[in-house]
Amino acid sequence: MAADMRFAKTHEWIRPEAGGLATVGISAYAVEALTDLVFMQLPPVGRKVKAGESIGEIESVKAVSDLYAPVSGEIVEVNAALPNELETLGRDPYGAGWIVRIRPDDPAELAQLLDRSAYDMLVKS
Amino acid sequence: MVDFAGWWMPVQYASIVDEHLATRRAAGLFDVSHMGRLAVEGPGSRDWLESLLTRRVADAAVGQARYTLVTSDAGPGGVTVLDDALVTREADAPDGSPRFALVVNASNRERVVAWLRSRLPPAGVEFRDRTAETAMLAVQGPLAVDIVCSLCGIDDAARIRGLRNYRCTTATVAGQPAAIGRTGYTGEDGVEVVVPAAAARGVWEAILAAGGPRGMQPCGLGARDTLRLEAGMPLYGHELVAESDPFAVGLALAVNLDDATGGPRQFPGRDALARIHATPGPRVRVGLAFDSKRAAREGSPIVVAGRPVGTVTSGSFAPSLGHAVAMALVDRDVASPGTHLDVLIRDAAQPARVVPLPFHRRPATPA
Repeated sequence: MAADMRFAKTHEWIRPEAGGLATVGISAYAVEALTDLVFMQLPPVGRKVKAGESIGEIESVKAVSDLYAPVSGEIVEVNAALPNELETLGRDPYGAGWIVRIRPDDPAELAQLLDRSAYDMLVKS
Repeated sequence: MVDFAGWWMPVQYASIVDEHLATRRAAGLFDVSHMGRLAVEGPGSRDWLESLLTRRVADAAVGQARYTLVTSDAGPGGVTVLDDALVTREADAPDGSPRFALVVNASNRERVVAWLRSRLPPAGVEFRDRTAETAMLAVQGPLAVDIVCSLCGIDDAARIRGLRNYRCTTATVAGQPAAIGRTGYTGEDGVEVVVPAAAARGVWEAILAAGGPRGMQPCGLGARDTLRLEAGMPLYGHELVAESDPFAVGLALAVNLDDATGGPRQFPGRDALARIHATPGPRVRVGLAFDSKRAAREGSPIVVAGRPVGTVTSGSFAPSLGHAVAMALVDRDVASPGTHLDVLIRDAAQPARVVPLPFHRRPATPA
């Protein structure tokens, strides 16, 4: 897991990439807590989102959960293969299980999110 | 863990899908102690229940269990469905008077108990809520009876194996006195076992120890719901509510308007139910199958060509089928199997088709 990865309290992770982009997914903890994933809805590429806004949903047998944008920006790419192979999320949540790429409006916004140790504290409490 | 009608219960022990499939393939063990267990005894017990339940009790033999509704005559239509329940005639008391057990929903227990108490005659019926002093374990699946019998003596095991569906007996299971019914809420073969509360943990552990190596899993509320949904079984609060027309919900079998000789019975709400039976309402319960895994949930609207035709009462991904299913109340003109309709799931129209219930039927037992 990259040291510059940050986490939202709503269990999304975000990792800065080259070219001013950032990749977003959901944490291993979230995948495990949801279990039995059956459906995922992704946002359209090009959509402008605000931090905290729902950008999709992920559904398990027991419930539907929203997927929230950890920062404001534009959706520039989605992992279109993922909804058809949701098991990837369990196998590799921080790699092949990425969900969207965002171009953050303000890259400094990432620093306001939780770092790894703060997120670990959150999910263990 | 969730608070379910005041009981702290697991939605899942590990995975709803794994627990569900274990129950279909081998066995599942469910702690259903939250269900209300009521005892009705005394020389007047049979006549009293006969006067209160929608299902005939007067002609129930010892060892027979029947699915019934509990109704009152309150409400604008002259009938209110307070609960659905299982009434079992247990072995007679030593003095020869009949004894009955009622199992009611956790969410309705208090009001059903209050209602029944309010109807108690001055003498002849002893009514007790035994929920707290007992525990109830459901052992369900093709290996369930085998697993329970492995914890019993030869005679008890033979009697349990010989139990027909909706029959009950008593036995010693893992050293504990138990009431056993060939009943359940999963669509599988199996038994429900009532033991003293203090013995519950030991019996649970003994059943799991016997069943674990054979593929049994402990199952939570999540699998209980997906299993009963696939089996097409109604759940109070969803398919069946206080104002329900039980005939439209597919529960005609739970209502005996007349006694065995064809004369009208006298339970509360009987005449209102007779009127409803004579003039069917506009909607009926159906099964819906989706191609997608995305589940409709309770309350999802159903449309045909933009016209509202009904509402989903329960929906989920169906682990045994690999796609989503739902039960719904829809207009009669769109209730025939094969009819295509759209279910609005968070505003997105999801195509579905009407299919016969149950969605899943267990394979016939080999002779």
